[in-house]
Amino acid sequence: MELIIQDLGFIIGTTLMYSTPLIFTSLGGVITERSGVINIGLEGMMYFGAFAGAAVAYFSQNPWLGLLCAALGGAFWGLVHAIACVSFSAEQIVSGIALNFLGAGSALFISRLLFDGATQTLTVARKIPQPLDFLFGEGKMFPSSGFMDLVFNRFATVYLAFFLVFVVWFVLYKTKLGMRVRAVGENPEAANTLGINVTRIRYGAVIMSGFFAGLGGAAMSIAVVSRFSNTLISGHGFIALAAMIFGKWKPQGALVACLLFGAAKGFEIFLGSKGVPVAGDILAMLPYVLTLIILVGFVGKTTAPAAIGKIFDKGDHS
Amino acid sequence: MAAIDFSHIAVEMSGITKKFGDFVANEEINLTVHRGEVHALLGENGAGKTTLMNVLYGLLKPSTGTIKINGKSLNIFDPNIAIKNGIGMVHQHFMLVESFSVTENIVLGNESTKSFGILDTERAEEEVVHLSEQYGLTVDAKALIQDLSVGSQQRVEILKTLYRGANILILDEPTAVLTPQEIRELVAIISNLTKAGKSIIIITHKLNEIKQMADFCTIIRRGRHVDTVKVSEVTEEELAAKMVGREVSFKVAKEKQNPGEKILDIRELYVEDSRGVMVVNGLNLQLHKGEILGIAGVDGNGQTQLIETLTGLRKAKSGRIEVLGKNITNLSPGKIINKHKVSHIPEDRQKRGLVFEFDIAENMILESYFKPAFSKRFTLLRQNIYKNAATLIEKFDIRPQDATVQAKSLSGGNQQKMIIAREVSNEPELLVAAQPTRGLDVGAIEYVHQALVAQRNEGKAVLLVSFELDEVMNVSDRIAVIFEGKIVGVLDADDADEKEIGLLMAGGTA
Repeated sequence: MELIIQDLGFIIGTTLMYSTPLIFTSLGGVITERSGVINIGLEGMMYFGAFAGAAVAYFSQNPWLGLLCAALGGAFWGLVHAIACVSFSAEQIVSGIALNFLGAGSALFISRLLFDGATQTLTVARKIPQPLDFLFGEGKMFPSSGFMDLVFNRFATVYLAFFLVFVVWFVLYKTKLGMRVRAVGENPEAANTLGINVTRIRYGAVIMSGFFAGLGGAAMSIAVVSRFSNTLISGHGFIALAAMIFGKWKPQGALVACLLFGAAKGFEIFLGSKGVPVAGDILAMLPYVLTLIILVGFVGKTTAPAAIGKIFDKGDHS
Repeated sequence: MAAIDFSHIAVEMSGITKKFGDFVANEEINLTVHRGEVHALLGENGAGKTTLMNVLYGLLKPSTGTIKINGKSLNIFDPNIAIKNGIGMVHQHFMLVESFSVTENIVLGNESTKSFGILDTERAEEEVVHLSEQYGLTVDAKALIQDLSVGSQQRVEILKTLYRGANILILDEPTAVLTPQEIRELVAIISNLTKAGKSIIIITHKLNEIKQMADFCTIIRRGRHVDTVKVSEVTEEELAAKMVGREVSFKVAKEKQNPGEKILDIRELYVEDSRGVMVVNGLNLQLHKGEILGIAGVDGNGQTQLIETLTGLRKAKSGRIEVLGKNITNLSPGKIINKHKVSHIPEDRQKRGLVFEFDIAENMILESYFKPAFSKRFTLLRQNIYKNAATLIEKFDIRPQDATVQAKSLSGGNQQKMIIAREVSNEPELLVAAQPTRGLDVGAIEYVHQALVAQRNEGKAVLLVSFELDEVMNVSDRIAVIFEGKIVGVLDADDADEKEIGLLMAGGTA
């Protein structure tokens, strides 16, 4: 019995850990798409964030500074996307694809410059800390490696992610700013006639989506693992995007979807650690297969913001 | 009229000119509106009424001209400035967020908040309820827009402007989408508003509504100011003449003509609608060469399904449709159009009549792109296609006279001209016209009617379906009344009596 509880704790713990990068990035997706701008460049922004976070954390030996720089790096690529899509009415999908290459390419380029031609950073000395660590261990409140330790002794990014889900939900649904963001995503013409600055709202939302994707990348590179490598992100940005859609463009929905994808990953690791006779490559497919099944089978059509992906033109050519 | 305060000028626009590139949408237009006045802005589609109002509302910058609001000179280059100065606009296509509640739509952009920008929903709802009671605009503050009728949505739009303290309301084609009952309610609302000292500008091309609602009327033609008149001193005919620039006849002139051989023969037709309800119930109808047969009836008596079946868009359950003695029942639209020469002016021109994103020339060959004149092996002959369009544009007076303009940027009347040009140039034996003048202004209506009569005079058979009894009576040679999917009476248009038809339409016996 105790063993089963411990196994369960292990699965829940890994689920939380692997969901976290997805949750950040998915929230970024919610913010930008709610304002009516599609951002499939989240993968590239996450990739860049993962690198920037690890590189800065390595050189400064300060994981928090790494996290911040990762977010700012993602936000920078968000700004690029906003300039292309909002100011120059570029096709949002195309710009997003370009950003996936740019984010990854620039990260690898800088990595080669800073780390002797390697496409990965060195291991950071200090990862994101586990703020509740003091509660666990010999003679503390809970024993180490028990259920409580496995589930709740998590990196600070895990708690931050859950907190931000609440913040994003609150801002979107309870504040003036959030109402305006949603209005711009549903009917920008209406918002414009009411004197709302559609351009400014969309810039803000797209930049924030990059900021969140950057956080997601760093949550991977300096919390889940302790360095950036070129295969670290490999599709997590897209999974986060799928989670956002599966979560019906809502922060709380995205959270549930990310936990589901994270659980697939947790399960994969659990099975691997138990030496289940299934090839690791097959197990590693689990989250991706789940993504496909969910997108094909469970996502309704009608819940997307009405003006999503459409170019907004104020109509004055004077 | 009683509410007008002539000592107080609410809006004074002078010398307004607005150019889009080379195109002059407004030229030297003047407009004066007093406090408590209802002022109609009359003009054909594309005359520049909406442009002028977009200038007043700050959505467009005028090229030249000045605007005074309540005697104060203003530079309105942004809706925020217009709103601040008490101007509110209700757009023809409502500017509402469908998934938001009534209250959210009303307060958007002007939200009441607690600290930290947190929305104060309760207070907002109270304010909305208070405002709606004050002006007799009944709405449910908590309902979602997507669940509301069009009339209620319009009330939300009006409340939106009042919430921002509007004293000058611009209503763009306010009755275009309303039912007769909703129009009566709107008239009452407008009267409440003027009594409260609001000034109202109505953009319209419907003459009877001007007579019904407005005190004064400014007429605009092709971007220019024609006249400003006191509504009580002019007739509808005079207004129409000023708007179009010539005498407009409401009656269609046509020579008596003897119908020829039988073109269309419908026998015992049964058709179901999409829900599986039988809506055409054993319908019989014959139509001859050189004849316009009008089908009169209240909306929803099977007209739509009859036309869809006739043009191959819907399958008949049973029965037989013949064109020139050949069976066309349940053939594909392509066969019906090109082999049996049936042309169709569809009810919904945006959905079925045109490809909005295509240009004029491309829309003109939608039914004939494969013919040798327009294509060779796998390629389209662009030159011929644009030459063809240029000829049709000239012949049917389509504006702008540029074959490369997208269909969606044309006015409704010109879109309809495009469809007529295409359908007529296909040399049909039978022309089916479904609601061909819906949403058009008087000038365009006259044009469409003349085009139908011209087809008849050339010896084609024309089937006209319309919910406007006046139109059916004016244009047709014979009138068939449809009720619950059956023809319940066929009358000669010359000795048809409106009362008699009305009775048949309602299911009575003549």
